[in-house]
This record gives sequence, structure tokens and C-alpha cells, in this order.
Amino acid sequence: MEENEHPYTLINVIGGTNGVYEDHVEFLEKHFKLITMKEFTENKQDLSHKIKAIFMWFHKPVVDRDLLQSLPNLKVIANCGVGVDHLDLKLISSFGVKVANTPFAVSNPTADLGMALMLASARRIVEGHQIAVSPDTKCFMADWLGEEINGATLGIIGMGTIGYKVAQRARAFEMNILYHNRNRRNEADEQAVGAVYCPKLEDLLQGSDFVILSVNLSPQTQKLIGRKELELMKPTATLINISRGQVVDQDALVNALKNGVIKAAALDVTYPEPLPRDHALLHLKNVIITPHLGSATSKARHLMMRNMVESILAGVSGLPVPNEVHV
Amino acid sequence: MQDSKLPLLLIHEVGGTRGVLEAHVPFLKKHFQLITMKEFLESKEYYCAQVQAIYSWWHKPVIDRELLKSLPNLKVISSAGVGTDHLDLKLISGFGVRIANTPHAVHSTTADIGMALLLAAARRLVEGCQIAVSPDTGYFSNNWLGEEVTGATLGIIGMGSIGYKIAQRARAFEMKILYHNRNRRKEDEEQAVGACYCGAIEDLLQQSDFVMLVVNLTPRTYKLIGKKELQLMKPTASLINISRGQVVDQDMLVEALQTGVIKSAAMDVTYPEPLPRDHPLLKLKNVIITPHVGIKTHKTTFMITEDAVSNVLAALNGLPMPSEVFPD
Repeated sequence: MEENEHPYTLINVIGGTNGVYEDHVEFLEKHFKLITMKEFTENKQDLSHKIKAIFMWFHKPVVDRDLLQSLPNLKVIANCGVGVDHLDLKLISSFGVKVANTPFAVSNPTADLGMALMLASARRIVEGHQIAVSPDTKCFMADWLGEEINGATLGIIGMGTIGYKVAQRARAFEMNILYHNRNRRNEADEQAVGAVYCPKLEDLLQGSDFVILSVNLSPQTQKLIGRKELELMKPTATLINISRGQVVDQDALVNALKNGVIKAAALDVTYPEPLPRDHALLHLKNVIITPHLGSATSKARHLMMRNMVESILAGVSGLPVPNEVHV
Repeated sequence: MQDSKLPLLLIHEVGGTRGVLEAHVPFLKKHFQLITMKEFLESKEYYCAQVQAIYSWWHKPVIDRELLKSLPNLKVISSAGVGTDHLDLKLISGFGVRIANTPHAVHSTTADIGMALLLAAARRLVEGCQIAVSPDTGYFSNNWLGEEVTGATLGIIGMGSIGYKIAQRARAFEMKILYHNRNRRKEDEEQAVGACYCGAIEDLLQQSDFVMLVVNLTPRTYKLIGKKELQLMKPTASLINISRGQVVDQDMLVEALQTGVIKSAAMDVTYPEPLPRDHPLLKLKNVIITPHVGIKTHKTTFMITEDAVSNVLAALNGLPMPSEVFPD
């Protein structure tokens, strides 16, 4: 039946700075009848029963009770990226709608970015570039030094797919690896990357030169790193966050950085994003911040889109949904 | 008052831009009586016969015929780091003076910087940081993208010790590794990092997403990367230079970057250092430059001094030096 071959799929908008990518549209239109939110709101009566799927690209369209109630035949929401902390999974489930994310498409580029941030922070790449290009620079000072990566200890908090890929990369830099996770990994996995399990977070914090956060955001991980945890870290240590801003108590982090409780931080994520322009984190010399680039490569975004298409096609046909997120 | 029985070690200065690091002075003073060039020049006649060794840090002091002639009892020049292109090895050898560098201390640290620059270039880290803190930033665009490193092809030009450590690191990112070297490495070494030898540099240039320069500067590698080589590279490729600025034809590089012949470049080295403040490389958005920080960590700089001291002590005791350098 035509409608199942080209399921009506709701999207926010095409193009611009935050819409579905124009160069993805051709592929999407091979599989879906795309309906933008604008078209939907202008033609609700006609379209509301037809829409079977939502292609959620960077949190849009926003899925709330109103929208769910207006889409009686909605079967599946495909979310780009791995994080689903912005979705009310219980609410969506109560409408009998399935949710899928894209965990594997993001894991490599996110692990890569974690390494990029750790290296950039330790070797002062951003500061160094500023010196190299500054109109005021006349010479390079001999005693301008960074921190060593090789031989240092990396503590990985959250050893899921992304955390494990970080471990694989860090091992090649001759780093010692500690990790903390809800569940311990099997021995073969640990040995393959030389990772030592720390059942107590405190041990990891005290023993690490670099601490990287690669957990989901959940009620258990909200403000996982607060004043106490920062004080347990070495004063020479660096915190790297590639999870979600809310995993860290940002005010406590500012204090810790200002007072030398830890040495530096490198953050791909903050809360909110972007931070208000007068936020203290933007003005500290020992912080680097990137604008949530974890999965920001053309390859990853293309793969995410493909994964989402697969999930939607399965969902509207009543088949098992790849990458389904269970409540 | 320092123990005057300790041998006299000539250095350029302490601190400043080219001086031996202040943090290293206590260690040096355990083994040597230190004298700076300034002190030496002020009392040349008193010191000249006593100087047995020179510690060259960041290419200073300048070793020329005049200096060599004035130091009749000079036995050894210990140069920090691995590059010796700033020394006239034949000239120095002609005076019966031995030369040493400190290659081992630098390998891992320089490989780390090579990867740091590769990742920063690929993911547009410096630009991204500017956006994150800019007063004009109101929101983050989701269409602001970089290049994927995992699974991409890295072409390493110069597979010595540093190049090999880069290959080890890149392999962990599941990168496909091509390499070009004067001599091909042994099969088991290639297999250990999954590196594929390219006898012709053209093949490496045409297939690589990232090209990393890890060669010494010699007459053969001078301007190794020029207009022809840049045009052979993919228009989506990045050039990473951790060798010496003169390995690249800088004017051709500027043109290539301005016209999209290659995508971006990241360099720890330029010619000269620093570049003149009006140089076009400083203004290009697709360029990252670091101020020659390849070995600049607390740990490595100290290891370099330790190694340099070992070399000097060996020479003064008439023993083989751990890392002696001979003229070609």
C-alpha cells in the first residue's frame, strides 16, 4: 500500500542552521513523504491521521502531549544521536509509540573528540595557536610548557561503547587506564585495553591525571561530579566532559578551576548550550569549550540519518525496530 | 659557591626565550659549573681553556668557527632535542669535538603533538572554541561539521621512530596507514601497525585524507612538499607538519589553502619561527599553528636535560655517548 511504502513522516524544517540537511533530503524522499511542521499546522485535519513517524533532528520537532494526541497513528519516533534525556520516554510509551536513537553512528566521532579535547587541553593547542598568530608575538618563550599525555593516567567514567573506544585510543598513547562503570566489563575486554576497574569512583578520581566523562545523563548521573568529586581529583588533573553538561555541577566546577582545585577542563557539553555570554566558564584561561561537536562530522550525520530511516521503516511496518530505546 | 672541581658547561642563558629552563638549573649544577655566554664573553681569557662542554638549548648558543676556535678544550656539544640541522656537524667534528642529541626523550611526545594537531584540524577545534566563547554566539548550528578521523587514511611521510609512534596511535583510531620512507620497514613492523608502504610519494599523496610530515630537514627533504605535491593531495585532505618549516614550500602552501587545493593545514613548525606578523598563514581560517611545542612538556624537557647530561658525562669520561651524532 502506498502509504506504507512512503510513510508520512513529520520533520521540523529543511535547511537553515538547524533543519534537516538539504543533502539528506533526496535519500529521505526516496523512503518517506516528508511533512514539515509548518505544513502540518496549516493542514492538521488532513494530515494528522496520516503521519506514522517523526524524524527528530536535533530535538525538533518538540514532542509533547499535545503533539502525541494529535497524531493517532504515530508508530515511531527516530531521534538523531544517542542521548534521549530530552524525551519523556514514559509519556511517549503511554501512547504506544516506539523510540529509536542512533548509538553506533556517534560512538567513533565522540570518542575521537574526547581524545582531541584531552590532547588539546594537555598540550595547550588553543592557547598556542593564539600566541602563534597574535599581532603582539615577537618570539616563542622557552619555558612555555604543557602536560604529558604518554605515560599519564586516564580515568574513564562510563565504559560503554564510547568509553571503551576512548580506552582503545588512549592505550595507543601509552596511557594507564582506570575505569568506573555501573557494571564491570569482562576480563578479555579489560585486558585488551589494559584497563583497571575501580569499583569506587573515589579511587579513580584520586589516581587520574585526566578524567573523562562518557556516561548517559540519567537521574543517577545528574551532578555526578560535584564539589566532593572535584576535591578528590589531583590538583594537576584535567576534567574532560563529552557526556552532558548536567553530569557536572557547573558552579562547583567554576570554583574548582578558579581556585586550583583541579588544573583545567575541556568541555564539549555544557548546560545550557550555548552558555550565557557572561558565564564564568567562558572567561577562565584553563578551560576549553567546543560547541557540542561530538558527532559533528558529515560521515556521522549521514550514518545517523540512515539509521533513523531504518528504524522508521521497521516501526511503521510493525517489525522489530533497530536501536529501539526501551523505557 | 659552586664546587670548582666540577667541569665547566657553557650555556646560552637561563630562562628567557632561548635559555635553559630555570627548573633544570639545580639538576645541572649537581654535575657542572654553569657559565652563560654573557659571563663567558665578559671574562673570555679566564674561562676559555676551562670550558669542556656546551649544552645547546633551542639552537643557542650559536656554534660557529669563532666560538670553536676560542674553546681549545671543548670536548662535546650536547644538543637538546633530535634535530641537528642548526649545527654544522662537519665544522664541529673538524675541531675534534663530539656531538650528541637527545632522540629518545622526544619520540612519544612529538607523536602526541602530531596526533593532537591532526585531530584539531579534522574536528576544527580552534574555530569551534572561538565559536563557543564568542560574544556574538547566540546558538550552536547543527550544520557546522568537521571530518571523521576514525577509518580515514593517514599518509605518514618519514617513518622513523616518531613516525612509527604516530602509526601506533593512528591505528587505534582504525585509520588506514600509508607511509613513505627512505627505507622500507621490516614486514613485522609494518604489520604491527597495519602500515602499507608507498614506494612513490605520489601514491601516498593521492590516497590520503591526512598527510603527516615526520622527516628530518636535509637537502633532500627541503621543500619536499611543493606545488606539485599539494596538487596531488585530495581537495578534502589536511597537511600536518611536525618536521621543520622548510620541508614545505610555504608560499605554495598558502596558495593551496586559499584556493581549496587542500582543505586545511596544522603545523607546529614554520619558517621562520615566529612568522612575520603580516604573513598570510596567520590569517587563514583553515590553518592551525602552534609555537613549536613538539617537545614542550615539563616531563619531556626534563628528560631531554637528563639525557643531555648523560651524553656530556660520557664524553668527558672518554666513554661512548648514548646518542652520538656523526656528520653524514
